[in-house]
Amino acid sequence: MADIIKVEHLSYVYNPGLPTAVTALDDVSFTVEEGDFVGIIGATGSGKSTLITHMNGLNKPTSGKIFIDGRDLWADPEKIRDFRFLTGLVFQYPEYQLFEETCYKDIAFGPKNMGLDDAEIDRRVHEAADFVGLDPALLERSPFELSGGQKRRVAVAGVMAMKPRILVLDEPAAGLDPEGRDDILSEVKEYHKKTGTTVLLVSHSMEDIAKYANRVLVMSNKKIAMYDTVEKVFARAPELLELGLSVPQVTKIFLKLREMGVDVPADVYTIPYAVKMIVEAKRRRDAGESLVLPREAKQEGGAATC
Amino acid sequence: MLRDITIGQHFPGNSLVHRFDPRLKLVLTIVYIVLLFAASNPLGLTLSILFLAAMYTVAKIPLKMIGKSLKPILPIVIFTAVLNLFFVSGEGEPLVHIWFLTIYAEGVRYAVLMAVRVMALIAGTSLLTYTTSPIVLTDAIEQLLKPLGKLHFPVHELAMMMSIALRFIPTLIEETDKIMNAQKARGAQLDTGKMTERVKALVPVLIPLFISAFRRADELAMAMECRCYRGGDGRTRLKVLRCTKRDYIDLAVCIACFAVILSSRLVFPNF
Repeated sequence: MADIIKVEHLSYVYNPGLPTAVTALDDVSFTVEEGDFVGIIGATGSGKSTLITHMNGLNKPTSGKIFIDGRDLWADPEKIRDFRFLTGLVFQYPEYQLFEETCYKDIAFGPKNMGLDDAEIDRRVHEAADFVGLDPALLERSPFELSGGQKRRVAVAGVMAMKPRILVLDEPAAGLDPEGRDDILSEVKEYHKKTGTTVLLVSHSMEDIAKYANRVLVMSNKKIAMYDTVEKVFARAPELLELGLSVPQVTKIFLKLREMGVDVPADVYTIPYAVKMIVEAKRRRDAGESLVLPREAKQEGGAATC
Repeated sequence: MLRDITIGQHFPGNSLVHRFDPRLKLVLTIVYIVLLFAASNPLGLTLSILFLAAMYTVAKIPLKMIGKSLKPILPIVIFTAVLNLFFVSGEGEPLVHIWFLTIYAEGVRYAVLMAVRVMALIAGTSLLTYTTSPIVLTDAIEQLLKPLGKLHFPVHELAMMMSIALRFIPTLIEETDKIMNAQKARGAQLDTGKMTERVKALVPVLIPLFISAFRRADELAMAMECRCYRGGDGRTRLKVLRCTKRDYIDLAVCIACFAVILSSRLVFPNF
């Protein structure tokens, strides 16, 4: 499929020319295919948030180019608003941007700015509310009466209602309880599946990225450290740990097992796959095969069935 | 855009100006403002500006910062200068006479002097905030106003309000920036469009901003209560302001400079 996002040698400097100048992005290049679900991870200050604010032209690159859907983002600065509807951006703690009297009106704010007619706005608001699992009865309530998790849903729906081709979310699950996290992320995944929207998800949690994304972009020190499929990135777990990032706990276990000399795959990052691999290993051992790694074998492989 | 605001900005340093007792610094700044108006002849103004330039050099504040602090008040400076230019009438022949507007040589003189004076005023007061951290400054204000406490004037409360307000300026600017970005991402037109549209477009920014400001105020009040804050009665400070010998020497030097500037007016009234 075609590249919907193409970033070429993007650099960004805060306060250029002043003594307080700070480079936030340094020669970043990558492409995203339409329909991908890309997880963006990196330590604090690695440039993730700066990168995503470039996707809809809230920040102008100091140098380099961004192409969205084949069109240069900054070819005509007057038209930048069109790209704001093409790339929907959900910021961290988006509930703080709610302002309307009712949730309905707040979700309708984006579509209204697009100049759509009332019937279409109505359709989109209900559709978006449905995607985030918001009870239609809540639409007529004030957003300030809702709980934190519901407010967040209203804010996410407000961006989804614009039907962007690309949806960028900056830590949509931050500050929610574990159940809330799973709910909101599965809703995003569901939305991605149903609409085929390209999704960029910034997260600190490797478990979340492993569970929902199909590609991972690892930022480190203002540059892209890795950009590949989830399997390949997590197979390089030692490097991730070196960058100060964690890997899913299950990956850690499997890496430790390999270190101990057990013949198990290294690219395990989800629980279902891990269970499958362990069952597989048990079957092999029962069949009398050796589970000891061919090289530097140190220990008997019985531990794999634990 | 919002990042350019320099009010209350502080440049940490360890120069003579930075270490000078904030109470004396504050009083001297006020005296300096009075001086700018008292010694209003060109010679007096030149000397005052030289004095200020010397202070900026001692404080090692980059000259660029003066320009930055002057930028927002430029319209006021121009406005005052233009008013003076047209409305001050002098003796002798007018320089220019167009329709009902007449410009006298005296008017030009006043316009230039007024513009320079206002700029020196801003630069002078900026030096105070550049070299004194807001917390220290409010401490100084509290101590200077202490005598008013005898008249049941809530000095401590006022100082606390000021330090909280100053503390939250950068936070609120950052917050505004974030909210503006979030609404722009939903297609709000904040920097384009007609004046009425722009004012309307501010609603989605102001409402969340007010809500978050009230929320912050609530949280801060709670946090202060948790730490047993009960107003100024019986409160002692970690850092007590004390004037040292060096402060008095600095003060004497400044007063001497001011005296020279003021006397320049009396000795050379025609310059």
